[in-house]
This record gives sequence, C-alpha cells and structure tokens, in this order.
Amino acid sequence: MLERGEVANSWRRERWDSLRLLTPNWLSRLPGHEYAGSDPDDYMTMGEVVEFVERYATVTRAPVQTGTNVTSVRRTDDGYHVTTSRGEISCRTVVIASGACNQPSVPQFADAVPASVRQVTPFDYRGPGQLPDGGVLVVGASATGVQLAAELRRSGRPVTLSVGEHVRLPRLYRGRDVLWWMDASGVWDQRHDEVEDLTRARRLPSPQLVGTPERSTLDLNALTAMGVELVGRWAAVRDGCALFSGGLRNVFSLADLKMRRLLDTFDAWAAGRDADVDPPERFAPTQVPEKSRWQLDLRSGEIRTIIWATGYRPDYRWLHVPVIDPKGHLRHEGGTVDSPGLYALGLPVLRRRRSTFIHGIEDDAHEVITHLTQHLAAKS
Amino acid sequence: MTKGTLRDMTTIDNGVNVQALLDAREALKGAPEAAQFTWRASSKWQNGVHSTTRVQHFFGLGQEQSHKSEAVFTADHPEVFAAEDNGITPIEYLLVGLASCLTAGVASVAQNRGIQLRSVESTVEGHHDIRGILGADSDVRNGFNDIKVTFTIDADASQEDIEALVAQSQKRSAVFDALTNPTNVSVEVA
Ligand SMILES: Cc1cc2nc3c(=O)[nH]c(=O)nc-3n(C[C@H](O)[C@H](O)[C@H](O)COP(=O)(O)OP(=O)(O)OC[C@H]3O[C@@H](n4cnc5c(N)ncnc54)[C@H](O)[C@@H]3O)c2cc1C
Repeated sequence: MLERGEVANSWRRERWDSLRLLTPNWLSRLPGHEYAGSDPDDYMTMGEVVEFVERYATVTRAPVQTGTNVTSVRRTDDGYHVTTSRGEISCRTVVIASGACNQPSVPQFADAVPASVRQVTPFDYRGPGQLPDGGVLVVGASATGVQLAAELRRSGRPVTLSVGEHVRLPRLYRGRDVLWWMDASGVWDQRHDEVEDLTRARRLPSPQLVGTPERSTLDLNALTAMGVELVGRWAAVRDGCALFSGGLRNVFSLADLKMRRLLDTFDAWAAGRDADVDPPERFAPTQVPEKSRWQLDLRSGEIRTIIWATGYRPDYRWLHVPVIDPKGHLRHEGGTVDSPGLYALGLPVLRRRRSTFIHGIEDDAHEVITHLTQHLAAKS
Repeated sequence: MTKGTLRDMTTIDNGVNVQALLDAREALKGAPEAAQFTWRASSKWQNGVHSTTRVQHFFGLGQEQSHKSEAVFTADHPEVFAAEDNGITPIEYLLVGLASCLTAGVASVAQNRGIQLRSVESTVEGHHDIRGILGADSDVRNGFNDIKVTFTIDADASQEDIEALVAQSQKRSAVFDALTNPTNVSVEVA
C-alpha cells in the first residue's frame, strides 16, 4: 500500500478546521472497525477521523508504505510497472485507491476575476480568521458551500451564496438522522447497474448537510434566516462583473421536489414496518428571495473574497494507462477498470450508492478483491 | 424519479418520439461534432420599425438542413409607440420562444415519464420598464425585469408529478437557458 503522505492524509491536509463528518459516528465505520465511543449519533471532528483511520491501520496491520508518491503507472506484458518517489515496482495488478477528491475544481472564468478579490479553495481554507474582513462570495451550495457560508456569516461577514443545482436534505427526519433513513430504507443499496442514469448519479453533488452536536438542518432556508444572500448559479464574468443565472427559482423547485420524493420513499418503506420513528413530516419550500441579483460588481470592494466550493475532482496525471474519459474520470465497471488487472475503490457510486461514503468500502472492497483474485488465479 | 411502467409507456401518447431523442442522445455522446447546430434567421427592414425575418435553413448533424417550408415573421411596434403595428414587437418574440420551448419540454418529459397529457396551457408575462430603451433613466435596464410563466396542465398525474414535469422542462430548455444566462453576442457590419 503506497501513500504519498501519512495515513489518513486527505483528512489531515485537505480539510478545514471546523469540519466534522456529515455521517453520524455509528455510520462512519470501516470493515470490522466501528465507533466505540459514547455518542453514536454525533459526528467526528477531523482529529477524530484521523485517529479512527490510524487505529484501523494499526489494528489491521495494513502494510502502508508512507511518504511514497506514485508518479507513474504503465501497462506491461503481464501487469503494471509502477514508478514511485522511492523506487520502481512491477506487479500483476494495481488497485487505484487514490481518492475522488484530489483537487478542488474551479470554473475557467475564475481567471477573469479582478486581482483585487482574493480567491480561496476549500483546500486552502482553514477558518474565517485567515480571510480579510468584508464580503465573501461563496460559490456552490453543496455540503462544503453551505457549511462555509454559515461559518463565514457567523464570523460577522456579509455572505453571498451562488446556488446551482443542489441536494436538499433535513438533518433529522421523523426523529432519526436522515442518513439513518438512507441506510435503513435501502436507498443506498441501489447497485450501479440498477441506477437509471449512472453518469449523473456519479457526479451528484453532496447533500446540504452539516454534522453538529445540535443536529441542526443547514438548508437554504436556514442560511437565509442567518442573513446569507442567495444568488443564481454563477455563469460568467463580464467587465469585472459576476453574472448569475436568473433560474434560481427552478433549482429550488428541483431540489424541493426531489427531497419530497425521497421522503415519500422513506414513508412508504416505514409504512409496512414498526420502525421506531415519529409521524411523517414535510418541510417548507425553499424561500425565494424577493429580489435576487444577477450581477455583482467585483471591482466595487463589496466582495473581498471568493470561496470556490464548486466541487472536487480526481488527479490521474500519474496514470499512464488509457482509461481516463474526456472529463478526467476513470472508465470502470463497478471498480473493474477497462485494463486487465487494474481496479478502483473509493469512488462515488462505484458499485452502489453507498460507495460514495466511508462505510461503502466494506462491500465494494470485498467484491472488487474477489474479482482481482479470480483474475490472478486465471492467469497463473 | 417517476417512471412509467412498460405498459404505460406503450399506451400513453403525447405525440413525442422520445425513443428517437434518447437514441440521438446516446449517438451524440460519442460524436460531439455532429451535435453542433447553427440556427439562422435573415432579416430585412421594411419601413419605420417594421421588419420581416425569414427562417428556413440551418446546419446540424454535420450538414446543411432545411425546414419543410420557410417561416416569415413580421415585427413592428404597437400604435401606442406611434408605429403601424404590422406585427408583434421583437421582445414579444422572446415570449413566443420561451412558451413554446417549455411546452415542448413538458410534452417530451411527460412522454418519457409515461404521463398522458390532456391539455397544456401557459401564459407568459414579461415585465418591462420601457424607460430603459427610451434612455429616460440609465439605471433601468433595456430588457425584461422579470418573466413569469404560469402553466395549467391536465394530465394523468399527481400535482407533484406535474410540478416535476415543469421543473424538468426548465432544466432542459434552450430558451430558458438563453434568457436566464448570459450569452456572448457579437454584432458586426459586413
Ligand atoms: C470535504 C469532504 C467531506 C467528506 N465527508 C464525508 C463524510 O462525512 N462521511 C463519509 O462517509 N464520507 C465523506 N467524504 C467522502 C470520503 O472522503 C470518501 O468516501 C473516503 O475518504 C474515500 O477514502 P479513500 O481512501 O478512497 O480516498 P482518500 O481519503 O482521498 O485517500 C486517498 C489517499 O491516496 C493518496 N494518494 C493520492 N494520489 C497518490 C499518489 N499518486 N501516490 C501515492 N498516494 C496517493 C492520498 O494522499 C490519500 O491519502 C468526504 C469527502 C470530502 C472531500
């Protein structure tokens, strides 16, 4: 197992200070390694995640070789040739577990933002103290965007949030964590070959959730109540002005409708069971701002900082095997990559919907490694 | 996602060949060049603010294409603008485009989701402060301040499914996108 940094590197280096997991402790589990503390319904801080993963590495005696950067993987006649910062390796199979979120993804027009505005990605961001005073434009309203918008608003800064398509979820539904429902009702068990539009499912943005001890909902209505100004999806920069889509109302409708449909699924599932849950509930539609701006002059000084919460993408620059699609994603079928002996783990909806999350690895690893051992057996 | 059963799919008919659209989507995924279309219109000044615009030919799927027949659109201004009112105003053509695009979207999405439509009607209102175009107030924009579309739909579906149809039709609408997002426009003199 080659790791360029340390065990749990992404949780150590690529996250902001206040982040907690959005999956509750009982659900943030690894194969045979569950949360053992006293707050199963709470959410781990980054320090706790690092500790949890480290303990797992120790307990399982994972043969991790840290400080080893993989710089190239090439196909050979009977396997792969791997070049690392610490030497060369020849092997018959390779499992790519380098993560789905190696780089923040930032739109092209970021180049056209005036130099007077500071631009920050979630990889650079640690906390509000590091930003200049004054207005912040947070771009993107998925988990990262809503969490940073709330934190920056609480720091006293005026915050504008640019909202495109998003996934709205309440933190609690009928008295249980909404992710308990995802898990129990089987929504997360949907397999990759059953998903109607797999490409879409794989690039679905993260849900608007935050893990806090209060277990509070952080949807757009919560942000509006805090005084965050909502604008449409950022479409372009023209003459130093940010231009936002006028289609804000429809992205609200789409998210509200999808949430209602999901809650219907939960209710239908619960109806036939004596699950320990409260009565069904419905949430107020997303409030449409009376006036939403479609233009913001970035030279006026109103906005001092832009935070690009516009998602993450993998980095396969070291992978010299032609298995990357034009959008930069790995071509694979449930973790079996389109090159004999090459496998992937830890990608969104790799084999089922839960693959996107830490606990999804259990079944995925089992199935992918079964395939891998068969491949080895067939060749020997 | 609302999904019609197989039986639904074969018995409902909104007159949209969804299969052809789905096939095209698959085919064009691997052939982005063929997906490049150019729509064209040619306009001629008549008199005053009256003009005539003709539309027939376009480019797509790698070659020149043509509508079955030429369509001719007359634009003018109403008498309250001291014009002859030979036709609707140019900005009203945007409403025509938006309404017809969203309506086509509703029919296609309904077909795809196995929803039989009985009637689909909509009204579109564009709110326009004409002080902008008159140059009477430089803080007022030239175009619409906002547009409101109201659909009345009679179909074999719940209110929620109908709302989802209308939301999805906006999500996939060319004109909705063209109106809600900025577009580079270059105007030259030949
Ligand atoms: C901001 C954020 C919040 C998240 N919150 C949650 C949550 O609350 N709950 C949840 O279940 N999931 C969450 N996820 C998803 C979760 O991160 C993944 O499910 C999980 O981390 C995948 O683990 P991994 O080991 O496959 O990938 P990673 O954690 O990304 O680990 C990949 C490792 O590979 C190393 N690496 C990469 N390239 C090379 C190379 N060329 N050579 C050597 N080493 C390399 C990296 O250093 C890294 O340590 C979150 C993701 C993000 C980005």
